[in-house]
Amino acid sequence: MTILLDPTAEKTPALRPLAARPSSLDGVTVALLDISKPRGDVFLDRLAELLVARGVGIRRYTKPTFAKPAPADLRRRIAEECGAVIEALAD
Amino acid sequence: MDLPISEGLLVVVKRDCETCQLVLPVLGQILDGPGLVVVSQDDPSWPPGFAPVDDTDLAISWRLQTEVTPTLYRIEDGEPVATAAGWRRSEWERVSGVADLAPDLPAHRPGCGSRLFEPDVYERIRRREAGSRLTSRRIPLGISEDPIEAMFGRGWSDGLPLVPPTEERVEAMLAGTTRDPAEVVCVMPPDLVECTVEKVAINAVMAGCRPEYLPVVLAAVEAAATDRFNIHGLAATTYFSGPVVIVNGPVARRIGMNSGINVLGPGNRANATIGRALNLVVRNVGGAVPGGIDRATLGSPGKLTFCFAEDEAGSPWESLAVERGFDGDASTVTLFAGHGPHEIVDQLSRTAESLATSFALQLRTVAHAKLAIRFDAIVVVSPEHARIFREAGWSKRRLREEVLERSTRPGGELVRGAGGVAEGLPETFAEGSVPKFSADGLWFVHAGGTAGLFSGIIAGWVNGPGGSQMTTVEVGT
Repeated sequence: MTILLDPTAEKTPALRPLAARPSSLDGVTVALLDISKPRGDVFLDRLAELLVARGVGIRRYTKPTFAKPAPADLRRRIAEECGAVIEALAD
Repeated sequence: MDLPISEGLLVVVKRDCETCQLVLPVLGQILDGPGLVVVSQDDPSWPPGFAPVDDTDLAISWRLQTEVTPTLYRIEDGEPVATAAGWRRSEWERVSGVADLAPDLPAHRPGCGSRLFEPDVYERIRRREAGSRLTSRRIPLGISEDPIEAMFGRGWSDGLPLVPPTEERVEAMLAGTTRDPAEVVCVMPPDLVECTVEKVAINAVMAGCRPEYLPVVLAAVEAAATDRFNIHGLAATTYFSGPVVIVNGPVARRIGMNSGINVLGPGNRANATIGRALNLVVRNVGGAVPGGIDRATLGSPGKLTFCFAEDEAGSPWESLAVERGFDGDASTVTLFAGHGPHEIVDQLSRTAESLATSFALQLRTVAHAKLAIRFDAIVVVSPEHARIFREAGWSKRRLREEVLERSTRPGGELVRGAGGVAEGLPETFAEGSVPKFSADGLWFVHAGGTAGLFSGIIAGWVNGPGGSQMTTVEVGT
């Protein structure tokens, strides 16, 4: 097992920590992200129905292809416009 | 720490490990045979009947550096002498000396990751257990992770592969200095981080330095972080320049630096890696990253590394260090914010006057032909060119005066708009004449191969308190 000494100022964690989960969805806009896998939209359509029925605001987004990571711009938009994300991953 | 046994067989397990569960019959067989001590990383109530040793604090796993569960160890004289990581019947029979282990089980099954190497756990345990004097965060890599790729992935690289900074290599590098690893060398811009000897050593390892280069790298780092040199401004500028490192004194020969053929080119380890190490420190410790703080329009290849030694033995003049007030036998590092080289090709001048005029003509275009005073320059005078000045009996001071005079132009030619060019000096310079450089803005060093009637201009970034000023620091130990 190779262990390296950190050459940086160590201002960021060695692993990037997950953002804290919001404790409730009150006032939080939820992003629904379709990665373009078949029927992801069906799943998200149903989720959107359920969330809206509970009074939660939603916005829909789509990744251009499931084969590559989400473009940085898309990630940035979601982060700016919403407080939480639900991603439809598999077929 | 002492292991639970000084002789015998020991296995490290986790309850939360499918392979550990799988090999339960094997553990029983060994227990009933030569005997077995079970050490549990997560739940000492499992497996029942084995009275496992509680290693939830991972002190034993640290001692053994257990990477995988289950791992079987044969202990002799308090030390592990044989190991079998994961389940492999042939290996477990070899280590335990017991034949026919659990014939119903498959021949092998990979183990699970040891808790010791879970994210951030290793670092926490290391700080608790290890007596290492090195305080930098340890970053364990994945078992099949390629260290070279891992370092690229973490953003530590200047674009070229790095030498992995293992504890061993960093300790070896620190042997090159008498300074304590915890000593703070400087506060490094742009992030204004306390940069320790240890951090410089880590980056020096990555650059490919030898331990004997470390004092030179430390001096360069110290010089860079001065307010006078202004590495912050230099790192953030849209201009071309990077730190140029010029080494004088006995250290240059002692560590095998190049001051001759191809002096500004590649091929010499000390030249290449000392400059590189400085830039890695500014990048990794200071936080100056291209695309981040570094917004250079074009930059220059020299920002990777630009470091050389002056050829003092062959020079007709005093060295750069002596000119700047240091003893002839002092070892120094001089930093200059610059880039280059731009060529001075003159294969026909045989008089000092003619050659000095060539120098002045070529120096005219430093930054822009119509700009003056705000930018400094260093001329690297080759041996064949230097001979002409030596034969004419010109001191370095004479050479500077003559070149400055020849570089002086009427202000009217240089002001904005003159010659149909909007760039240039402010209108206030229109009357009178303007030398290309200030009196302390033009430097000469002697270096290069002995064949070739060429010298080189290292053009500078903006000078003065708002820019960068040449800075010399003595090399310590």
